[in-house]
Amino acid sequence: MTRKGRGDLTRLVEPDRVHRSVYVDPAIFESEMEAIFHRAWIYVGHESQVQRPGDYCTVLVGRQPMIMVRHSDGQVHVLYNRCAHRGAMLCGNLRGNTGEAFTCSYHSWRYNTNGSLESMPLPKGYDGTRLSAANQERNLKRAARVAAYRGFVFASLAADGPSLMDFLGDAKIAFDDMCDRAPEGQVDIVQTCFRIVQHSNWKIFMENQLDALHPSVTHESSGQAAAQVERDIARRGGKAPLDYHYLSAFTTPLPKWDEVLTVNYQHGHSALQGYMGLRPQDPDSLAYEAMMRKHYGAKRTEEILGVNIHHVLLYPGLSVQSALQQVRAVRPLAVDRTLIEIWHFRLKGAPEAIYRRALGYYNLINSPSTIVNADDLENFWRCHQGLASDGGAWVSFHRNAGQDDEQDGVIRSRWGTSEAPMRNQFRAWTQYIGGGR
Amino acid sequence: MAKTISRKTSTRKPAAGRRTSMPARVTIARGAYDSIREVEQFLYRQAELLDGKSWSDFIELFAEDGFYWMPASPDQSTPNGAPAIFYEDRDLMTVRMKRLMHPHAWSQSPMWGTSHLVSNVSIEDENSRTGDLAVRSRFHMMEFRRDVVRHFAGVYSHQLRKTQDGLLIKLQRVDMVNGEGPYDYVLQAWV
Repeated sequence: MTRKGRGDLTRLVEPDRVHRSVYVDPAIFESEMEAIFHRAWIYVGHESQVQRPGDYCTVLVGRQPMIMVRHSDGQVHVLYNRCAHRGAMLCGNLRGNTGEAFTCSYHSWRYNTNGSLESMPLPKGYDGTRLSAANQERNLKRAARVAAYRGFVFASLAADGPSLMDFLGDAKIAFDDMCDRAPEGQVDIVQTCFRIVQHSNWKIFMENQLDALHPSVTHESSGQAAAQVERDIARRGGKAPLDYHYLSAFTTPLPKWDEVLTVNYQHGHSALQGYMGLRPQDPDSLAYEAMMRKHYGAKRTEEILGVNIHHVLLYPGLSVQSALQQVRAVRPLAVDRTLIEIWHFRLKGAPEAIYRRALGYYNLINSPSTIVNADDLENFWRCHQGLASDGGAWVSFHRNAGQDDEQDGVIRSRWGTSEAPMRNQFRAWTQYIGGGR
Repeated sequence: MAKTISRKTSTRKPAAGRRTSMPARVTIARGAYDSIREVEQFLYRQAELLDGKSWSDFIELFAEDGFYWMPASPDQSTPNGAPAIFYEDRDLMTVRMKRLMHPHAWSQSPMWGTSHLVSNVSIEDENSRTGDLAVRSRFHMMEFRRDVVRHFAGVYSHQLRKTQDGLLIKLQRVDMVNGEGPYDYVLQAWV
């Protein structure tokens, strides 16, 4: 396919269906990288990943290899991972501490951790050239805009566009719900990242996240297996740990899933109501609730723990499970390859037992041995294979189309299995690709 | 009588972040050979059960209080409170087995196969009173699924309990060389 003008591409998206080329055409993928991933606010990392000066981690923002690093003054910078001299990548590691400077392995240009050139060998060689000391091109290029909300750092590679707070809008509840659950109001990242590459387009992952129709089909095997063992443990007089509930919840019958509603915000973000009942009354949870009341008072504690969200999706590339302190960041690698980075967090000031709950979910549901994602990944691959074929031109998002409630740009589904979140994602896609935002 | 294989571990500082327990010198006490042969046969059988997808018999190799543990990083010293790729007792292993055998475990079609090789077996400790063993070995697993070959390799550390019915696993720790890398697809069964 020849490269289309971006305006033309929006014709591939109709209110209730999307042309398959949007998923499989490499040229459209490149347009998405430019118009979406290099313009929108993309999650880079959490401030607690780089606690000390010189701490850094490397990350992809769209197509761009970037470094998030803490400078000696405490500020966190997001820099292009490219030497200003001949273009070599500066940092080859996923994370580390670089001390006071990054040193290029090729010709020893050294950069401060705020990106400014500290030194180069034999600098007189540049006297009288266009790259003399005053030239800003001697420094590392910075992300056009960097902002953080409650410790979660985002970068936009475009100088213009909405602020991070305008971009998040009401979907900022993803971070409020997670951080408010900490007695100290903050979270700390756990420095383990599980990375899973799926052989499918990035949008297939995003569309699956709030798809309430798939769990009881796709995850039937895992749900039933866990429910059986849960019963076996009860028969022995024991009680299965909460972890089992994460799995056996997949046996929830389909009509129940239709009651789990979604709220769909501007910019493609969505939230899915909770369904797991994560407010157990065991002694550990009660001790935690008492601690929360001490910090926040009874009324505020009830407000915080009463928030019932399973999932918030921040378009185009972050999936947040606030009540379980997990995030999954989407890093598109190619039209048919997507890296998912999976992280979890500790609630600052909360007892160890509450961390173990997040850890249990991380290990059981999100690790590379997950029996849940095993079947999702199979579906994603099958979707991509099917969409690459001429077996049909369109992808259907007709379920409950025209039956959602819209007010002030916010779309509330009346049915949990409504494909409203996918339609909402393509509303944002069209705006980005059309250049409207 | 010491029936142990004594091992003098090097006191050199291990390379950054990596758990190395390279023995500086190995001596094998008289009588330890019998244990080694028994242990080797045990490890080979475990590998064959995995490759043969005999999940139930595989789980039976574990003691009632046994665990299968694959840490998220090689420098972890305890599974408690730490991220893990696997950390499963027999109940969780049973969940995994039941899912694998469920007719609607979609990712089981296509069927897939593995081949495990286990080698470099050494007994690191043998309790002269109980006969319990700490065993280290290396493995290499090749997997074939939907025309794609993957390799996983690393170190097994088995804590084995000697019982009247033979050896049982108290703890199997699995440190994969490529455990921290990105996964093309997941690990559906134990490695």
